[in-house]
Amino acid sequence: MSHASTYQPKTAFTRWLDSRLPIIRFAGDFMVFGTPRNLNYLWAFGAILTFFLVLQIITGVILAMHYTPSTGLAFDSIERIMRDVNYGWLMRYTHMVGASLFFLAVYIHMFRSLYYGSYKAPREVLWMLGVAILIVMIATAFMGYSLVWGQMSFWAVTVITNLFSSLDSIVQGLGTTIVQWIWGGFSVDNATLNRLYSLHYLLPFVIVGLVALHIWALHVPGSNNPTGLEVRNEAKETLPFHPYFTTKDLAAMAIFGLLFAYIVFYTPNYLGDAVNYVPANPLVTPPHIVPEWYFLPFYAILRAIPSKLGGVIAMFSSLAVLFLIPWLDTSRVRSARYRPLYRLFFWALVFDCLALGYLGSQPPEGNALLAARFFTAYYFIHFLLVMPIVGLIETPTPMPETLADSFKHKGQEKPGQMRPMPAE
Amino acid sequence: MATTIDESEGGVSRRDFIYIATTAFAAIGAAASLWPMIDQMNPDASALSLASTEVDLAPVQTGQAITVLWRGKPIFVRNRTPDEIKKAQTTPLSDLKDPSAEVMGATADMPATDANRTKPGKENWLIMIGICTHLGCIPKGQAPGDERGPYGGWFCPCHGSVYDTSGRIRQGPAPRNLEIPPYQFTSDTKIKIG
Repeated sequence: MSHASTYQPKTAFTRWLDSRLPIIRFAGDFMVFGTPRNLNYLWAFGAILTFFLVLQIITGVILAMHYTPSTGLAFDSIERIMRDVNYGWLMRYTHMVGASLFFLAVYIHMFRSLYYGSYKAPREVLWMLGVAILIVMIATAFMGYSLVWGQMSFWAVTVITNLFSSLDSIVQGLGTTIVQWIWGGFSVDNATLNRLYSLHYLLPFVIVGLVALHIWALHVPGSNNPTGLEVRNEAKETLPFHPYFTTKDLAAMAIFGLLFAYIVFYTPNYLGDAVNYVPANPLVTPPHIVPEWYFLPFYAILRAIPSKLGGVIAMFSSLAVLFLIPWLDTSRVRSARYRPLYRLFFWALVFDCLALGYLGSQPPEGNALLAARFFTAYYFIHFLLVMPIVGLIETPTPMPETLADSFKHKGQEKPGQMRPMPAE
Repeated sequence: MATTIDESEGGVSRRDFIYIATTAFAAIGAAASLWPMIDQMNPDASALSLASTEVDLAPVQTGQAITVLWRGKPIFVRNRTPDEIKKAQTTPLSDLKDPSAEVMGATADMPATDANRTKPGKENWLIMIGICTHLGCIPKGQAPGDERGPYGGWFCPCHGSVYDTSGRIRQGPAPRNLEIPPYQFTSDTKIKIG
């Protein structure tokens, strides 16, 4: 959907700059990018996610000014940030709750894509870059959590790094070698904490790079929309991103920001685990190790498989399978709005992920373990069987001919009513 | 050797050779400079130097257990009761999930008998790395009053692995028996681990 640049430099200086570094032209064209007029509020999560990425980097850089990555001092330096540093409590709670809501927004953003078929051709690379961002986000959040050096931090690092020791059952000693290489010792210790800190500072900038590619890939075909139909007539079917969608995104951000501010100021520890306020102790494992809420579905999958290597493979596969979705969906219709059968399975997947999340917080025994196995099975069946088969057997409901037809009936042609037109 | 393709009439020219030689040299150089960057993450000299720990067993009474640190890892030291020893020695090997004794430094095919996991004449002392072989939690069973699982040994609270009185895996997701570190008795009541 790339079109000719509309930027006209107006002053002598901008004309001079434009012929040397056309950065204003780039930003201007970027902001007036043609965007389907029928986007709903679920499309605001891209902007919300950008906001959280910037917020996490700013608060993170600030926290790094006060944090000490050393096993003897890490926990105390966090407490000093909370008690002594001016507004330290605000920076830390913003960073901590920000990570949680970052994941909430990313999960909504992904389910939005799954519902409206935003991963389908020609947006496969866009979707795959999104999955790559999720994976780097998971690594970053995990490393950040470890820096607190509380009991849950320490044991989360121990359990997750030990996942690699499962490779011992393929090649004797390989897993142990890799785990000791990750630790820089024979147990999780100071060397481990230091490298996690270094990488926790690096990875957000990798995410920034991936986000730039993600937006680039978005700007080639343009945004999908609730009908899943391609834009055919730019003038009738799209509006410039600014001011129409910047305004809409800001409105959505204000509402999401209310939730964020409520948690930060009224119940900042609601989403965390109290055990992480106990300093790390390598000799005592907490009775019940649970990750933060956003990792619970993956943790449930890990524990559902009764073999160590099998559980690890299943957990990594639950992310890897997302890369294949554009090719697993055989339907010619993008949006679930016109796919009555797929829509049911979509909500089944939402329920499945919520159920796995709940089961990940429960001890893996008895009925909870059986249920986790059932929902793990459905997770993979959904992508590997339901998606290809439903696409082949389903009869889609009637769709509008063009994107413009989909909003014509909403009374826009009434006399005396003006349609918003792109600013020329 | 000709210098251009025309001179060499379509065969290999000196320039082709230079291209291949340069690229190969650069590739080898890049690979060689990568190794220090990878190896720097391995356990360093100070971690390797913490290799041995001495433990005095005299204060540990029959039925008691202590935990010591070796290379940052908890080592379970238990003075087993005659009943616990008997249970460990009479368990048929066919009941075990992991048939290997899991003694550090020994071959993997050493059978997981209780005799192989202790020292001759010191069968009451069981010395193991107290790290669950599933995902690295510390099993319960060292402190009096701890849950010790249906086999009377150790129980991992994280994912429910059950170990017997010889520290061998009997139930749950852990794949291997608790590992036996290298150690010797330096006197009747002293051991050196590592």
